[in-house]
Amino acid sequence: MTEREFRLIQSRRSFLTQGTCGLGAMALADLLNGADGIPNPLAPKKPHFPGKAKSVIFMFMEGGPSQMDLFDPKPALQKWHGQPLPPSMTKGLQLAFIKPTAAVLASPRKFQPYGQSGIEFSDYIPHTASCADDICLVRSMHTDAFNHHPGQLLLMTGSVQFGRPTMGAWVTYGLGSESKNLPGFVVLSSGVGTSGGASNFMSGFMPSHYQGTMFRNSGDPILYLSNPDGISPQTQRAGLDAVRDLNQHHLDRTGDQEIASRIASYELAFRMQMAAPELTDFSKESQSTLDLYGVGKDPTHQFATNCLLARRMVERGVRFILMMHASWDDHTNLNRKLKRNCDISDRPTAALIKDLKQRGLLDDTLIIWGGEFGRTPMVEIRNTKEEDNGGRDHHPMAYTMWVAGGGMKGGTVIGKTDELGLTIVEDKVHVHDLQATAMHCLGFDHERLTFRHTGRDYRLTDLGGNVVKKMLA
Amino acid sequence: MHRALLLFSLALPIYAAVDFAKEIAPTLETRCHVCHGAKQQMAGLRLDQAAGAAKVTTNGKLTERIKSTKPGHRMPPVGAPLTAKEIAAFEAWITEGAKWPANYTPGGAVQHWSFRPITRPATPQVKKTSWTRNPIDNFVLANLESKNIAPSPEASKLVLLRRVSFDLTGLPPTPAEVKEFLADTRPDAYERLVDRLLQSRHYGERWARPWLDLAHYADSDGYEKDQVRPYAWRYRNYVIDSLNSGKPFDQFTIEQLAGDLLPNPTTEQLVATGFLRNTLTNREAGVDRAEARYEQLVNRVNTVGTTWLGLAVGCAQCHDHKYDPISNKDFYRLFAFFDATDDREIEAPMPGEREQYLAAMPWYLGNRGHILEKYGIPALQTAWEAKLIKAMDHPGEDVEWDFWVTSMRAMVDHAERVMRTPPAQRTPYDARRITDYFISNGGPDNTRIPETLHRIKAAREEINELKEKLPAFTMAMAVAPHPDHKQSVMRIKGDYKALSDPINPGGLSAMHPMSGGASPTRLDLAKWLVSKDNPLTPRVTVNRAWQEFFGRGLVRTSEDFGTQGERPTHPELLDWLATQFISDGWSMKKLHRLIVTSSTYRQSSDTRQDLAQTDPDNALLARQIRLRLPAELVRDAALSSSGLLDNRIGGPSIRPYQPPGVAELGYGGSIKWKMSEGPDRFRRGLYVHFQRTTPYPQLMNFDAPDSNVSCSRRRPSNTPLQSLNLLNDPVFHEAAQSLAARVLRERKGAFADRLELAFALTLGRTPDTMEKQRLSTYYDQQLGILSTEPAAVSKLAPPIESLDPKEAAAWVGVSRVIMNLDEFITRE
Repeated sequence: MTEREFRLIQSRRSFLTQGTCGLGAMALADLLNGADGIPNPLAPKKPHFPGKAKSVIFMFMEGGPSQMDLFDPKPALQKWHGQPLPPSMTKGLQLAFIKPTAAVLASPRKFQPYGQSGIEFSDYIPHTASCADDICLVRSMHTDAFNHHPGQLLLMTGSVQFGRPTMGAWVTYGLGSESKNLPGFVVLSSGVGTSGGASNFMSGFMPSHYQGTMFRNSGDPILYLSNPDGISPQTQRAGLDAVRDLNQHHLDRTGDQEIASRIASYELAFRMQMAAPELTDFSKESQSTLDLYGVGKDPTHQFATNCLLARRMVERGVRFILMMHASWDDHTNLNRKLKRNCDISDRPTAALIKDLKQRGLLDDTLIIWGGEFGRTPMVEIRNTKEEDNGGRDHHPMAYTMWVAGGGMKGGTVIGKTDELGLTIVEDKVHVHDLQATAMHCLGFDHERLTFRHTGRDYRLTDLGGNVVKKMLA
Repeated sequence: MHRALLLFSLALPIYAAVDFAKEIAPTLETRCHVCHGAKQQMAGLRLDQAAGAAKVTTNGKLTERIKSTKPGHRMPPVGAPLTAKEIAAFEAWITEGAKWPANYTPGGAVQHWSFRPITRPATPQVKKTSWTRNPIDNFVLANLESKNIAPSPEASKLVLLRRVSFDLTGLPPTPAEVKEFLADTRPDAYERLVDRLLQSRHYGERWARPWLDLAHYADSDGYEKDQVRPYAWRYRNYVIDSLNSGKPFDQFTIEQLAGDLLPNPTTEQLVATGFLRNTLTNREAGVDRAEARYEQLVNRVNTVGTTWLGLAVGCAQCHDHKYDPISNKDFYRLFAFFDATDDREIEAPMPGEREQYLAAMPWYLGNRGHILEKYGIPALQTAWEAKLIKAMDHPGEDVEWDFWVTSMRAMVDHAERVMRTPPAQRTPYDARRITDYFISNGGPDNTRIPETLHRIKAAREEINELKEKLPAFTMAMAVAPHPDHKQSVMRIKGDYKALSDPINPGGLSAMHPMSGGASPTRLDLAKWLVSKDNPLTPRVTVNRAWQEFFGRGLVRTSEDFGTQGERPTHPELLDWLATQFISDGWSMKKLHRLIVTSSTYRQSSDTRQDLAQTDPDNALLARQIRLRLPAELVRDAALSSSGLLDNRIGGPSIRPYQPPGVAELGYGGSIKWKMSEGPDRFRRGLYVHFQRTTPYPQLMNFDAPDSNVSCSRRRPSNTPLQSLNLLNDPVFHEAAQSLAARVLRERKGAFADRLELAFALTLGRTPDTMEKQRLSTYYDQQLGILSTEPAAVSKLAPPIESLDPKEAAAWVGVSRVIMNLDEFITRE
């Protein structure tokens, strides 16, 4: 090891002393290859084995979309509609708001099979349905938490306890970032704010360079991206040149390689200032692409913009895109509210799959779609006087999520729920299993991608998780 | 081969036999026995008995596995590999025949270092006695001399001044302070400076922050609803005041854990228990109240574990701790203290508030009563309460009212207890709280009738108007013994519903006994934590202080003094400091003074070529270290240098400018961020309102903890988002403009003269030739750019009379450059 190499390592001391195990050693080697010869904790790293997925788009449908109105047809509910289920069926059931004795609510949705695979989807999501052969539909998801915030923590961090890194942080920690000009982990949002808020994209006990960077819907796409009023690009560049020279001078004086990192950070910041506006500039997209997504149309515009941004980020090497849409928490007025969310999101979602596919990007982009839990077969009514007030309560025991691309098997249905959708009868997939499978697609053994904190080697899947082989292509 | 290895290992005596108890057993117990011990024998191997160990010591297997570099093959498979010293000890021990002491009992003979009683180590002798200023230096230097390493020279006076100013007050020195210190040629000028800084009111602000990280202070509840806690700051005031008054750490501890149990507690002692109230509150309506409370209690146990014991006691929530002597029972013993504790909102008025408030109360209550009567609220409320109580008594009968009950239980603390108290017997505060809640939503029946809904809304609006005119009266979040508590119960695998055996409060069984007999109180717990028999609290506390001054603790894992944490780099120094801390009456100021007046602290922080390979992390303390300022101080430095800082101490939190779209990411768009007006906008980072689900971006960009769990050390990062923040955030841009204005106003003359002032204000020093030249070049270049951008000039230039606006605008550029230098946000 040359002295220069040693100094490079030394300058990232805080990073290295925290990374342990197999990855620590890997990171060490990779750090030597940072951009511009300056060490970069986000430099691309190799996973445990070659993974099919290079990037992830997590379409987080906050609040819990109703699986039996979208993905998991339950005609048997008609028979029970308006009546409570026998206690034998609901024994031990704990729900957030309603009692297990609440009446059953049949779904008025029409389902029909789509594609070669013939997977059934509801009439609310015809566009998503048209991608049936690319989708791996997991009808047997389950989780441990039946309230939003804990449920979101579990889905995002693998634990209902606070303080753990989120999935985006894990993936960025494991793989680094391919982009030299954009953050490795980006957060997009539409609708209203989520229950989990920032805890859905924090880095927990990992260093904060792994936390998600918010891309905003209005104003600067990244906070503080544009120059203050009166600072022209020339002024900014001249200033940055002076900052660089003076920092370099101080680096020579003190020998502290952290200053080299600071210089690199300023250069990356400047590149980000150039790259982010290019990213958000859709002027070079064809009208047919914009129409495919529904950009510029009501009510899809915001969601479609995020989907198109996600594709453009994937093209530019962003590693993990968390796209949050809130809220699907339809305790009341289910029929109306669910339709609204589907009208907003269905077309852009399908467009994203199709567009990635036609560009040859779907194979190495993993899309994950779903919420922190599903909804009950039973009705929740908060206003007895209002017509069609009914909604559904949180249901963690059996719900649906879907994945596409990135090494997942399209045109597949995993698992089965009972005829009422209360419980899983085949191939249970816990949130940890989904996480383990996603990490597998990225090339990681989820048990070996660890981070040491308070004497324990933590992992995304906490103490659980099995790769679901049936989901893999 | 073995001998060769031994020669490398300086700490091992070369010719002495290996001491099994000291060199072998600790490693076996902390790294091997979890899998190869009494409880578990993976691969059929036991390393806690002679026969078992012989299987792998006689065939070379043990050394082969511990020396392997192959992940998965190397033992132990998790955690750091064994150190060269540990491996050498094993090799030497095996060479000597792997002797197994007959009387060895695993775990019994060897106590983990941090649990051992503290004895005061003798101050070691050093050769270069001229270097040492106090015993800290003897410990550090003796170690350096044993390795033939010389300490670094003392930092320059200017660096020292800026360093110790940041470390003790969190603010850079003013040019006047620089001048005064440079002019003071007395031999004890530095010590005088330190004493002045320790008396500064800003000392409490600086040192409150790491404590608030441990307490995980925030201004909102957290979780989905994340409601604002309007009086959380009252506890922060207590911390600042306690630190400023030099309150001994043992008293500081007792007040925060059990202030309410002290005889005739003062208001401040009650406010102190707000420490325990920094736990999050989950008001999501569907959450089982019992679960939400259980989570809070677990959090309190964990916070106490991290803060005083430096142990991850939370690992024992579901099972015995895998590595440390903390049993599942121990966890619930600590849990029981908080289980028997109730949350309270107390009156905690600031000086002068009570008189004005009481004087206004008759007016307020009269008008309030009048408004309520006018709109017929009492009758509506009575009916509403009856329906709610009926729904509480008969859940499942009316789904609509069930929802309202659930919702109220989540939103109103102690809702059911108060509701079930007859109105006449409620405290006036509780009575008002319930009425306020009623008129805030009206309940299902009333909201359906437009006329009643209108009455409720009108009453709400008029009462809110009335409240705005009421003089401020500060409350505080505190705790008190729980009136209904009977018996605590353990849980199976940490599941709040899975009740198991009854458990009484108590301390950790591996530690010293606790006072209070069979039913100790929180006061006994607090006294146990600061008992002279507790070796952990003083070690953990002095270590954290050290960490603030050197960027890393003597134990680097300041949150983990257990067997999986790192060992101290200077164990004797740690113990000496701990004993000194206690004999100095647990005085934090004395501890801080001792450290900052040492030669060790006063060294230059320049990197040393000779140590780059052997000690890149500065574990040996052969120099000081450059530390990026914590998030709050980055803000303070900008505000202070530019003259914008409003340096009032304490009080409610403030909201600086925050770009739109940040608060909106909170639940359902319910979080509002209304920018503070007037000088409040320019208060220190410590006072920035911390909304847990949508924290202030500048704090998060610069590695402030998320305040959801106790944090004992921040992890500094260096990211492009930080650069964008400093370059473009309007708060920092405004500071750059103000700095330019200040320089131009205060110093007339040539560019170079003005640059001197700008450097003095920001970096506390004068620019060197290169810096003058480079910035002068930049300034000319900027003037050139601006002559082609006339519109930019008016946007940038602060209005300075009799000055060319273009020059003023170019000076904004110069200020921006200086305030973006690494040095500006670094304490050297």
